[in-house]
Formats: sequence, C-alpha cells, structure tokens
Amino acid sequence: MDAHVAQLQMQYRNYILSLYQQGFLDDQFTELKSLQDDGTPDFVAEVLSLFFDDCVKLVGNMARALDQTGTVDFSQVGANVHQLKGSSSSVGAKRVKGLCINFKELCEAKNYEGCVRCLQQVDIEYKTLKAKLQDMFNLEKQIVQAGGIVPQVDIN
Amino acid sequence: MGMAAVESHFHVLAVDDSSFDRKLIEKLLQKSSCQVTTVDSGYKALEFLGIESNDPNALSTSPQEVEVNLIITDYCMPGMTGYDLLKKVKESSAFKNIPVVIMSSENVPARISRCLEEGAEEFFLKPVRMADLNKLKPHMMKTKLNNQKLEEIDKPLNVAAAAAAVEPEIKDSAEVGSKILTLQSELEPKQVHLQVAQQEEQTLGNNNKRKSMEEGLSTDRSRPRFECITTAV
Repeated sequence: MDAHVAQLQMQYRNYILSLYQQGFLDDQFTELKSLQDDGTPDFVAEVLSLFFDDCVKLVGNMARALDQTGTVDFSQVGANVHQLKGSSSSVGAKRVKGLCINFKELCEAKNYEGCVRCLQQVDIEYKTLKAKLQDMFNLEKQIVQAGGIVPQVDIN
Repeated sequence: MGMAAVESHFHVLAVDDSSFDRKLIEKLLQKSSCQVTTVDSGYKALEFLGIESNDPNALSTSPQEVEVNLIITDYCMPGMTGYDLLKKVKESSAFKNIPVVIMSSENVPARISRCLEEGAEEFFLKPVRMADLNKLKPHMMKTKLNNQKLEEIDKPLNVAAAAAAVEPEIKDSAEVGSKILTLQSELEPKQVHLQVAQQEEQTLGNNNKRKSMEEGLSTDRSRPRFECITTAV
C-alpha cells in the first residue's frame, strides 16, 4: 500500500474523529454518511450545501428581524431559529444545534441583547463548521487522487 | 405467495415545506427501495392524490392511477399542517386506508397522541432515521396487497368470479348500493368494480376469496408512473 495514501487516510481518520470529539458533529452526521452510496456519491456534499444555504438565508432573516428600530418581532426570529434548529439537527451540526436551543429560549424571553449575541455566535459557528467540512472534503479528494479509498471512520 | 413475481416497490408521498428535509426523507426512502414523490405542502399532496379538486374532470392525474402506499408528512407546515392533511386523507373514502406517518422536530406528547388518535400509523421525531423507516414496511405492504387484489378484480376474466364471490356475502345490499352511488359521483365509471371489491373487503375482512383470483395474476402491471418519482433499487 502506498505510504502516501496511508498517511493521508490516517490524517483523514484523525480529522474526522477530532470533529466529533470537539462537538462539531454528532451521530446524525454518521447516519447521513451511511446513506451515501456509489449511486449517490455526492449525497453528503449536497445535503451540506443545502444546509449552509439555509444558514445564510435564516441568519439573514434573523439579522433583519433583530435590526428593527422599534419593536422586534421575536416570534419571527423564533420561527427562523426553529427552522435552523431543525436542519442543524438533521445534518448533525451539533454546535449549531446547541446554539439554536439557547437562541430559542432567548427569543421566548424576548431578550434582545441575548438574541443579538447568540445570532453572532450562530454566524461564526456555521461558518467555522463549513470551513472544517471543506477541509474534510479536500482530504477526501487528495486520498482519491493519490489512488486510495476514503476510509469509513468508526466513531464508536 | 403468488405475488413473488410482481415488483414490490412501494410508492411513498413525502410532504415537507423544507427543501432540506425533503432531500433527506427522499434519500432515506430511496435507500429503503421505495419510489418517492415529494411535495412541499399539504395542498400539493391532496392535489397529487386527487382528493381536493373543484373540478374532477380537470385533474391532471386520475385518482385511481396514483398508487400511494404511504404518506409521510411534516407536522409544522404553513397553511395546512400535517395534522390537517392527515384529517383530510382519513376523511376521504378513496384514500383513508393509506397509512399516514407524521414527522416533527418537536416532542410534544399532546401533539403525538392527537395525531395517533386521528389515525396516524406512526409519529417520528426528526431527524428521521433508517431505523424509523424500517417500521413502515408492514404498513405499506398491507396497502400494497389490498391494491393488488383490487387490481385483479378489475380484470374482465375475474369480474364474473368476483361478482359470484361477492354477491352472496353482501347482506346489506342497500347500504352497498348507496355507497357505490356516492363513489360513482366522485369517480369515473370503470372504478365501480374497484369500489365493489373495496366494499366487500370492508364488510368482510376476509381475504380467502382472493386466493382464487390471484391465479390469474399478471406480471405485467402497466400502471403509469410519474416522472417525478425517483426510483433507486
């Protein structure tokens, strides 16, 4: 076996494990990966792409809702948080989901400062995750280009 | 079973306003070897089934050609909720036997029991997993078998046999007669045979008569499929 491929594969394994250990991903992400097959090799990438598009849209909506000079419609913010919580949960984006849970409570409490802060955190968090996953996909590409197979990483 | 030669693809109608969730449920269902049609609202779901149409003649698809073995719907949707959709389906004489499954990202016990009481087969918490879908096979199999038996009744050779089998058993013919009349006003005439058989099933719940009809089972099921149905085997 090519040493270079083996090294890349090990790097990939360690990277994935660290994403789980640091709480970026949870077992729902594992479930998504298990759904990907030879017939749909880009399934995970497509789903993630949809998720990140959702993030941009929802964060934008929330920023606008919180930017009102006058009364803020917290139910509007809450509705967007609900959607984001749903999709982050479905994709396995653990940290984003966790933030959404807090965010929801802040909306219900109509805590303006809290909401603004939380939205900033959500923004940072999803962008961080996006960058991390991009690195993951790049590693996969490198492995394949080096003639290797992307390993299945056993989280448990 | 005489059905072994027939393709056993289940057709699931998935309803969710989130494009993300639609993609996910579609994938899960395809992975379970189901044909999937996704729509983004309860209204579109009803339209697809052919339940809610002001002008029956204007249907782009006639109801009897839509064989849906299961409806899986999100609960929280704008306009018509999954619960509303469930009610409409269960109120429809043609489609009330289709199993309906509700999905929700929120674990609200009152909501869950309300849906189950209204006739939902299962209530899944999102994110829905393969393990959840595996629970659905028995429900879909039931509708599939019923539909296939009805299809057999529709064949000319078997109509006489069906009539002979059905006649002696129908005790309350007046009731059946009025039901058929009601149905005829909703559907095209050729469906009467299907409805007669459905009525028999409902009054008897006895499937033994079907066995003789299964002998004439044709493997060529030229039931039209929709372009939007994605098939993965």
